[in-house]
Amino acid sequence: MENLLMDEMKDIVREYVINEYVEDDTEITNDTPLISGGIVDSFSMVSLKRFLENKYKISIPDDKATPEAFDSVNKIVDLVNDFLK
Amino acid sequence: MAHIGSYQERVKNFNWEIAEKELEYQPGNVINIGWYCSDRICLMGKADKPALIWEGLGGKEKTYTYNDIRLRSNTIGQFLRDLGIKPEDRVCLFMDKIPELYLGFLGVLKIGAIAQPLFSAFGDESLFVRLENAETRAIITQKKHAPKVRKIIDKMPFLEFIIIVDHDPAKPLGPREVSFDLENTPMVDQFEIHPTTAESPSVLHYTSGTTGQPKGVKHVHYSLISQYLTSKWVLDLHEDDIYWCTADPGWVTGTSYGIIGAFSNGVTQCVLDSGFSAEAWYRFIEKHRVTMWYSAPTAIRSLMKAGEEVVKKFDLSCLRHLASVGEPLNSEAVIWSEKVFGKPFYDTYWQTETGSIMISNYPGMKVKPGSMGKPFPGIEAIVVHPETFEPIPEPGKVGLIAIKPGWPAMMRTYWRNEQAFQKKFKKGWYLPGDRSSIDSEGYFWFVGRDDDVINTGGHLVSPFEVESALLEHPAVAESAVVAKPDFVNMEVVKAFVTLKPGFTASAELDLEIMNFVRKKLSPLAMPQEIEFVASLPKTRSGKIMRRILKAKEWGEEIGDTSTLEDD
Repeated sequence: MENLLMDEMKDIVREYVINEYVEDDTEITNDTPLISGGIVDSFSMVSLKRFLENKYKISIPDDKATPEAFDSVNKIVDLVNDFLK
Repeated sequence: MAHIGSYQERVKNFNWEIAEKELEYQPGNVINIGWYCSDRICLMGKADKPALIWEGLGGKEKTYTYNDIRLRSNTIGQFLRDLGIKPEDRVCLFMDKIPELYLGFLGVLKIGAIAQPLFSAFGDESLFVRLENAETRAIITQKKHAPKVRKIIDKMPFLEFIIIVDHDPAKPLGPREVSFDLENTPMVDQFEIHPTTAESPSVLHYTSGTTGQPKGVKHVHYSLISQYLTSKWVLDLHEDDIYWCTADPGWVTGTSYGIIGAFSNGVTQCVLDSGFSAEAWYRFIEKHRVTMWYSAPTAIRSLMKAGEEVVKKFDLSCLRHLASVGEPLNSEAVIWSEKVFGKPFYDTYWQTETGSIMISNYPGMKVKPGSMGKPFPGIEAIVVHPETFEPIPEPGKVGLIAIKPGWPAMMRTYWRNEQAFQKKFKKGWYLPGDRSSIDSEGYFWFVGRDDDVINTGGHLVSPFEVESALLEHPAVAESAVVAKPDFVNMEVVKAFVTLKPGFTASAELDLEIMNFVRKKLSPLAMPQEIEFVASLPKTRSGKIMRRILKAKEWGEEIGDTSTLEDD
């Protein structure tokens, strides 16, 4: 059950990233480097953080919203889960 | 030994002829930046020296010698010429930091056309206003950015060619699109470079002001004289240096010092084309043995935020000299860099319009952390009274920075906006729009902008442009945009918004508006915070008083409110 929820969360985050930040047909997997790969820049990271906070009714402190923590769908979902616990 | 030697001696004996002689340029002769950055270095016997070491995502790496960049810029120039691109036509470079951006820039200059570099993260609206103003004839871009051009193509009859450098042959090209695969094009060895002269236009960079649309800053080929010498004396570029300028050539630092300054001095430079991470940057320095690093306060503060532990994982002993540009470098960042790298970042001050460094700290000169330093030799800079424009002789008193015009890289005009250009001058001084004081030893201390323009991460954002974009959102009735203080970026965009009847403030609407502006303009212009308010402070004549909103954000005195509209 938990795995299913995790997978669903990854799908939601990945879809959001593709719809909002990818202009062409670049393939985005759960491990694609988003920040270090230049797909989401540090300014846009703020809107991604806001999306996660709205969607999952959480508050991510600025010191946890680092480029490293936002660098892939998998890492983002791990971060969100830390605040859902 | 630093190239500049004694700053005082240089000031005393300065003449721009020093650079002209070193570049073997005689006034009246042909001067073409494209040639100086490639062919001339080859003629100096350095054809096989690495000019550009490029690293992309996943460690993909390419190295180009000076002969490689000569051949490739010739080839791009020939391609453009064959399309019918003529001298002084505007050719936009709209790419990430891929090799074609650097090589294309030189190719455009070699045929005498005007290079118009634009930041690849710009949204379609930002792109459109800049292309429309310049009546750009061709744009060189990547397939990932082509959709933004396609979205606005119908509004741009002047744009004849959309050149895609990485087109997938399996897919059809759209209207006016042309595929150009540099590596699979026969190299052009013999190429007739257009005989540009000192005042021939070279580069058109766009910059934002408080009001009106962005302005095109027109530079000329003679700018090379300043860019060459400031690179040599301020960045202290030496023959065996490995130089890394982290700026994107979509902005002026990336062209003046990320292309022209580096290549005209014949040094080897590295480019990292991937997003920011402290580890990736330190690894890059260690791997390529970077000796001279020119970066920006935002990046330095981001590295500070990442902590000191990560620095210890890498051998950064190769670093010899560090410099910074884009916004004032706070004293904490200078002190931090001395602690972790064993050397300070030397702050430099200039802007798109000045084309080259105006005020700076120099190797060998005492650095006062937090100070912008002293004027470059040959540059007369003072502070003047904001209303009378008379010089302020008293040390420590704040005034407007004023620079005596006449240095080689000074902008020649704003593209098709001579009136705005003339407004930049008062009583024979060029006013960059910044406030500063000068201490008793002649060091400049930055205070802030003299207008409402927002300096975020070293890039200027016009509140007018963001407000205009906000008004296009169906929920927004009125908006006011101001700078909000930020540790990393110095300032970020904050918007105050009133809503139209039928719309209610919510977290979802907040995000929707943020993304709306980001896609239309750019991530830099996206409000990092939106405050929904019932009304905006206005004068009795109905003008929104940004000043009051900004003062609140910065915890400053609101000042005179006598003209404020009654509630």
